[in-house]
Amino acid sequence: MSSAVFKGGVHPDYHKEVTATMAVTPMKAPPTVVIPLQQHIGAPCEPLEGIEVGAQVKKGRKIADSSSFVSAPIHASVSGIIKEIKPYNHPLGRPIQAIIIESDGEDKWDEQIKPAGSLDDLTADDIRKLVREAGIVGLGGATFPAHVKLSPPPEKKIDIVVINGAECEPYLTADHRVMLEKPDEIVFGLKAMIKALGAEKAVIGIEDNKSDAIRVLEQAIAGEDQISVAKLHTKYPQGAEKMLIQVTTGRKVPSGGLPLDVGVVNHNVGTAVAITDAIREGKPLIERVVTVTGAGINRPANLLVRVGTLVSEVIDACGGLKDNTLKLIVGGPMMGLAQPNADLPVIKGTSGILALTDEDVYLAERAPCIRCAKCIDACPVFLMPTMIAQAAEHALYARAEKLHALDCFECGCCSYSCPSKIPLTQLIRIAKAEIMKAKKQ
Amino acid sequence: MDNKMIVSSSPHIRTIESVQSVMTDVLIALFPAALMAVLLFGYKALLTMVIAVVTAMAVEALWLRKRDLYSDGSAAVTGLLFAMVLPPAPPWWLVVIGAASSIIIGKQVFGGIGYNIFNPALVGRAIVVMSWGARMVGPIWSQPQPFAFTTDINAVTMATALADQQEALSYSFANLFIGTIPGCLGETSALALLLGGAWLYYKGHIDWRIPGGYIGTVFLFGLLFGGGFYGGSFGTGLFHVLAGGVMIGAIFMATDMVTTPVTATGKLIFGIGCGLITMLIRIWGSMPEGVTFAILIMNSVTPIIDNFTIPKQFGGVKKSA
Repeated sequence: MSSAVFKGGVHPDYHKEVTATMAVTPMKAPPTVVIPLQQHIGAPCEPLEGIEVGAQVKKGRKIADSSSFVSAPIHASVSGIIKEIKPYNHPLGRPIQAIIIESDGEDKWDEQIKPAGSLDDLTADDIRKLVREAGIVGLGGATFPAHVKLSPPPEKKIDIVVINGAECEPYLTADHRVMLEKPDEIVFGLKAMIKALGAEKAVIGIEDNKSDAIRVLEQAIAGEDQISVAKLHTKYPQGAEKMLIQVTTGRKVPSGGLPLDVGVVNHNVGTAVAITDAIREGKPLIERVVTVTGAGINRPANLLVRVGTLVSEVIDACGGLKDNTLKLIVGGPMMGLAQPNADLPVIKGTSGILALTDEDVYLAERAPCIRCAKCIDACPVFLMPTMIAQAAEHALYARAEKLHALDCFECGCCSYSCPSKIPLTQLIRIAKAEIMKAKKQ
Repeated sequence: MDNKMIVSSSPHIRTIESVQSVMTDVLIALFPAALMAVLLFGYKALLTMVIAVVTAMAVEALWLRKRDLYSDGSAAVTGLLFAMVLPPAPPWWLVVIGAASSIIIGKQVFGGIGYNIFNPALVGRAIVVMSWGARMVGPIWSQPQPFAFTTDINAVTMATALADQQEALSYSFANLFIGTIPGCLGETSALALLLGGAWLYYKGHIDWRIPGGYIGTVFLFGLLFGGGFYGGSFGTGLFHVLAGGVMIGAIFMATDMVTTPVTATGKLIFGIGCGLITMLIRIWGSMPEGVTFAILIMNSVTPIIDNFTIPKQFGGVKKSA
């Protein structure tokens, strides 16, 4: 059951032991939630008719949607009254339009929320529609609308569903806990995906530093011939789409292509559970598991948090920040987004809230490149980070493009491994942005 | 909660490795060879190394107007490597001039660490060999005398076991491997150099392709064209690997990060190229040894090698830039 190892990658300190054994505990719904209208990759949503200041909504009520295919609707995560609709701080770093709901404390479900029936009675189309209506997006952090991935173009035959339980980001344990606590929901959601896609089999990839999760899921799939569990080597970024698909199926997603080009669709374990909740209970995606951790957090925890809860409230629920906290990150330490303060909401893609202290944050000065090639060895998509970064610094974006800068998915391995502390990933990001800008013109 | 946090682009964690830690690892890797040099050639070897290292560090600190003598450690590495490829007892001023040239002409005039084209230690060596060639063949090449630390070694010999095939036969494989043969002060002990190489490999600072390509090519070339004088063609191949500067060149000089290719294929090409040029000089050239110039010549083509060996990206089909 052990499988191939992908080339490249790094072995950072994982720090997962802090929260790995802590069961997920539901956090009390906050008095006010801030629900951004953009929580996914794709078109932002617009408030639905009747969703205006002063309107009464119940928990689970759809409050915003878009007519665009690549988008996912947004639901109220508490019952209460809409207080304001205005731009609010967002993990992406700029204010984004948000619906602010004041909770009435009753936490009542909307009447529309009801189970969808058994999986056998649902057609592939029903499943896709349910997933869309529940506002489910990829919960690994990329937040790509899940129904889009379940609707491949007819000429692309999907035969394998790959489930991502790698959780390769250091510190984070949200997926780990979900796998331990909700194995049956993962398997059920996976079966729904298989049905929606007409796939033949599925494989759940889990890094071997989570042997308990591997055991639990192997038990959960007993008797399911279609589904297998793959034990993966622990290495960052094992959970990246291309790496995960390569080691679990042996297939290589082409440069510039998508998993469906090699007959694969890839979803996160949390997404599978969300799909199960949508089918079994009719519940839309209004809460998620968030790992709150890092040396700057007084009482680290895995919390079940309502979408729209402010990060500051989540941190308060974990005993607050230590005084030597220097960095606040939404997501993991390798790909997460640093925030200037905690006044922003948890969104569907918030897998972690990480507080790093003066002991973890590297502030050393940058040294010249000594051409050690460690970034090249670390790049999981075989790019030349130091050359692309150099091109970017000299504004030679055509050269950066020729060096396949656009193949970079910003895993951060190059910057991580650089002894000279050159911000390679950041420079490549600049190159990518400039190349895309030039393409649009 | 309104205290402002540091905002920067991901990733937010970094390896603890730094330029200084890498350079310190190289110094640690050179320790066995330095120790062997002192054991074999006595206090003068130690003196030579100390003068070279101190000169290199001082010249760099002066050039950069920095008070930190060790700084990123690269000057100490250059100084020690330069000493390693000197005769066991050279005049002190030659060591000073060579070490200073290594830092100034080999490195700083190009813009300092990371920007130099040629291996600085070998630039220093090339300069002293070219400028004082006569002094490099005189009675400064001591016959190694293990554990004769404080005695002045009077027995003198040729510059390298490669110089005379008849004399070469008086050294066994054990001599060649342990290092009790004539040669530069740090190059004779294959054992000590391999220990250092193993450390660098373990720390991930060198790739097998450069030393592998280099040593493999030298061995094959010696086997095919060495004339079989040293106990048959296989033995002659091995002789060419162990006698002279191939071991120190392949493990420490040709693996210098700044002046050698960064791509995997490029590293292999670089190693093979060094091996070929070394053997061309040794067998058909006018000098008994060719490691210095082999590596310097290959240094000059490093950017070209890199450009032609950029790997195909993940899932890529077209040939790349």
